[in-house]
Amino acid sequence: LRKNVEDFTGPRERSDLGFVTFDITADILNRKNGLHIFWEKNTLIIFDWNVKQLFLYLSAEYSTKNNALNQVVLWDKIMLRGDNPRLSLKDMKSKYFFFDDGNGLKGNRNITLTLSWNVVPNAGILPLVTGSGHVSVPFPDTYETTKSY
Amino acid sequence: VAAAVAAAMLSLDFLDDVRRMNKRQLYYQVLNFGMIVSSALMIWKGLMVVTGSESPIVVVLSGSMEPAFHRGDLLFLTNRIEDPIRVGEIVVFRIEGREIPIVHRVLKIHEKQNGDIKFLTKGDNNAVDDRGLYKQGQHWLEKKDVVGRARGFVPYIGIVTILMNDYPKFKYAVLFLLGLFVLVHRE
Repeated sequence: LRKNVEDFTGPRERSDLGFVTFDITADILNRKNGLHIFWEKNTLIIFDWNVKQLFLYLSAEYSTKNNALNQVVLWDKIMLRGDNPRLSLKDMKSKYFFFDDGNGLKGNRNITLTLSWNVVPNAGILPLVTGSGHVSVPFPDTYETTKSY
Repeated sequence: VAAAVAAAMLSLDFLDDVRRMNKRQLYYQVLNFGMIVSSALMIWKGLMVVTGSESPIVVVLSGSMEPAFHRGDLLFLTNRIEDPIRVGEIVVFRIEGREIPIVHRVLKIHEKQNGDIKFLTKGDNNAVDDRGLYKQGQHWLEKKDVVGRARGFVPYIGIVTILMNDYPKFKYAVLFLLGLFVLVHRE
């Protein structure tokens, strides 16, 4: 389950900048139905002998007048084999600036946040997997005066 | 080159095998050698067609994608137009005017209705995104800068290529030994 608290947008260099804080709770090893992240809905364990690491990233996807599709990575993390596969991060700030190409964040009702990961094997194919479960975040219609971030 | 190698070999006493070869056999071996080289080239060109990439196999040259990839790892790329560029993908791109391809991950994309896309990259192991690496005044990468997307990889094997680049003498030694082997070996 991920909750998100969207804060405010601020125009900088004529582009919208969005600020999002989020919680991530993910249980990547778990294969039971009804929980947050599956591995392609089959019963393979993600961290098998050929998996060196997972590169996790939280991306925001949305549409604007300028661009039909925008994807911005807000946060990423490398999870090595042997690291705790359960994530429980609260109140995280985005690692990267959430700039739009233009002013498409203001009043944008539908920003979808998804957690995905890149499986890096010891040798072999590099698949990208999207976790099930995503959150929609609306941005407000007005800008906020800049606060310290 | 083959003729020079053959001449050098003929003058070495311990290569009796070669001495016993008459001219026709020698030409045959040289043709064999030529066939092997042509086949290798054809396989490479075939790979280029199948993957859509001008360089379907690349060697990782820097540590900017550690701990996923290290110097010397081999990456297999595809560059099919039907596969859209999306965040999280590992792309190999060239900066205009520079020869060396860079292997980094896509951080942001902005795509227009007609498919025009501009994107930003960053190495996993770098603290900042790649804007500083791009050409002066260039803020985004485009499809034309992409050599391919990494789809698979094998570790360590590319070290041979790095060694051959850094130590040219090693490259010549390897080529010489290969040539020797092919010419001497009886098929």
